[in-house]
Amino acid sequence: MAYFRSHVLVSNDPAILKEGGAEVKDALLNEIRKNKLSGEVEIIDTPRISDGKQGPEIMVYPEGYHYIGLSAADIPFLVEEQFLKGRAVEKFLAPTPREKAQELRAPTPKEVRVVLRNCGKINPENIEEYIAENGYVALAKVLTECTPDDVLAIIKASGLRGRGGAGFPTWLKWDLTKKATGSPKYLICNADEGDPGAFMNRSVLESDPHSVIEGMIIAAYTIGASQGFVYCRAEYPIAVKTLNIAIEQARNYGLLGKNIFGTDFSFDMEVRKGAGAFVCGEETALISSIEGKRGEPYPKPPFPATQGVFGKPTNINNVETYANIPQIIFRGPEWFASMGTEKSKGTKTFAMAGDVKQTGLIEVPFGITLREIVYDVGGGIKDDKGFKAIQTGGPMGGCLPSMYLDLPVDYESLTSAGSMMGSGGMVVMDEDTCMVDIARFFMEFTQAESCGKCVPCRVGTKRILEILTRICDGKGKDGDIETLEMLCSQTIENSLCGLGKGAANPVISTLKHFRSEYEAHIYDKKCPAKTCKALIHYEINPEKCVGCTMCARNCPVNAITGSPKQTHVINPDICIRCGICKQVCNYEAVVVT
Amino acid sequence: MTSQTEIAVSVTEAVQNALDYYEKKEEELIPILSKVNRELGFLPQEALEQISEKLKVPKSKVKSVASFYHMLSTKPLGRHVIKFCENAPCHVAGGGEIWSALKDATHLQAGETSPDGKWSLVTTSCLGLCAVGPVMVIDGDVYGNLTVDKVPEILGRYE
Repeated sequence: MAYFRSHVLVSNDPAILKEGGAEVKDALLNEIRKNKLSGEVEIIDTPRISDGKQGPEIMVYPEGYHYIGLSAADIPFLVEEQFLKGRAVEKFLAPTPREKAQELRAPTPKEVRVVLRNCGKINPENIEEYIAENGYVALAKVLTECTPDDVLAIIKASGLRGRGGAGFPTWLKWDLTKKATGSPKYLICNADEGDPGAFMNRSVLESDPHSVIEGMIIAAYTIGASQGFVYCRAEYPIAVKTLNIAIEQARNYGLLGKNIFGTDFSFDMEVRKGAGAFVCGEETALISSIEGKRGEPYPKPPFPATQGVFGKPTNINNVETYANIPQIIFRGPEWFASMGTEKSKGTKTFAMAGDVKQTGLIEVPFGITLREIVYDVGGGIKDDKGFKAIQTGGPMGGCLPSMYLDLPVDYESLTSAGSMMGSGGMVVMDEDTCMVDIARFFMEFTQAESCGKCVPCRVGTKRILEILTRICDGKGKDGDIETLEMLCSQTIENSLCGLGKGAANPVISTLKHFRSEYEAHIYDKKCPAKTCKALIHYEINPEKCVGCTMCARNCPVNAITGSPKQTHVINPDICIRCGICKQVCNYEAVVVT
Repeated sequence: MTSQTEIAVSVTEAVQNALDYYEKKEEELIPILSKVNRELGFLPQEALEQISEKLKVPKSKVKSVASFYHMLSTKPLGRHVIKFCENAPCHVAGGGEIWSALKDATHLQAGETSPDGKWSLVTTSCLGLCAVGPVMVIDGDVYGNLTVDKVPEILGRYE
């Protein structure tokens, strides 16, 4: 392995590349070459360094200097100062890099990085960097010192549970496939991370793919599988590319293929790309898709462990589950089990989005409270507004109000509170969010993604959405809430797969915790959060209006009348409630009622 | 910027390319359809029939798979396809306004193609780029941190 004195991470994020990132990288390579530094400074592509709002950026290690807002013209000076003279270039340094919102920031004291430990630290396209971080040591130990039963015992002792959301004990799943009769056996990594707002798996695949590959090889050895698939969604082109490079390198190093580490064990794997269907994250639908069919789920049993892909015993785990395996073997199950709660061990990655100051990826031990996640890790609510709800578990999760802020996060407690762990999306909502609109919004998603195979899900989601839309449009009527409750429970009880069974969760949880908002929409024809357009009115406060004409000039439908220096008036019959007048008014004279 | 039609090849050629690239097996149907879709911009009836014949898979099955996945299109699309993310994180970040601006600028509703064949406007499932939302993709070019002001300028880059 070649040694470099400096490593420079360059963001290859598509959005950054568009904003001049490609030119910056070219200039950097050029200057490094020109100054004969190629053997000393290594340029590494990385998904993203910060939130990407600061233009092309690079990160220089070991110093950890984060340079932002770069253009190609800045590079010669930067290279001379940084790499020839060895000093930081103050004018490009990011102001307080650790306080800025970043996709993957420096961890806060409440965070523990197990799955994300290598992300942003190593070059994902170089297997040697992974090996240097004790990569593939666990695999060597397993193949040379352990029987499959030994591995099962280690995983059992660790208490690892499926990170895809259901939380099924990993060792038990492996044991079922191991004991199943049928040959060959298959291993699948579910990388169809479709929950809106969840991008933890993308980050792991793009920045530490070998941890997933190593975990899969260990699993394959344990259950006796000879062929593996990573089913990755097509929306993640960089993850697919990085993974393919990593698989090829592992093959070249003899870590995949025949007689791994000189043992009798042979295993190989390939990437299968999805074609855009949310339901394919459901394991039976995913299997149908790998077989080249419509990605429709089928009833269980038979479970994939006995009859999975091509009718053979198949083990399916999520990206994050596999990424935990090498660390459990390497550092021991006791270390892993020392983190978390009684029933949920280890850490969990979450993607935090919404009205929180620091959005992005986090990894926290189980047992941390929602309050710690929102306020300590996330830095609190944007603009210091009030907290209203947190939605966990993706589009099929539930919305939890402030009374649950001190809830310790683990599989059981989230479920008992009426939400779920899910894959790890978290959307934080501030006091200005309309919960009926949010329920409608999530239902719109599930209704569109329902594959249509079973009636309760296909028709149930449609009818629920119709009622919610009507309520938001101000046409709600007495009895709607009861009908919603009936439809929700029917859809949950009778649907075939997890999508339908979870589809009504956002509605049920908002009905439970924010019922008064539904009632205000239906009976008072008011939207308390002032979000639903049909239920709000824009008015001009005559005491604040100075008659600057700004609103009237910007109104797209000419609904505002008034002469200069006179109070203006909005005609509610013409107004389309676009809110532009409120945005452009410099005197806060436009109010929403 | 690659337009959808620049790389136009004949239907037969596109089908043959895909069949040469992948194994002629039923389980490769989705990769094959994806490749043909990428080359032709959509999946014409003729392509589905040829694939059905070559793979010895019933036409009904090929059609049912082609119409199931969002990324496969059985209708011709515009020269440039705007895929806008309207999922929760982008929505919370102000995606609704961007979506209205896109609809106004292209005079299209979701799923429509302009009469002159320039634009198609569709929504996409979450791209996992939530940290830079709202996000849209035009012909594979990703644009993040969108504001209403940026929309006309970005659309103006496409012929």
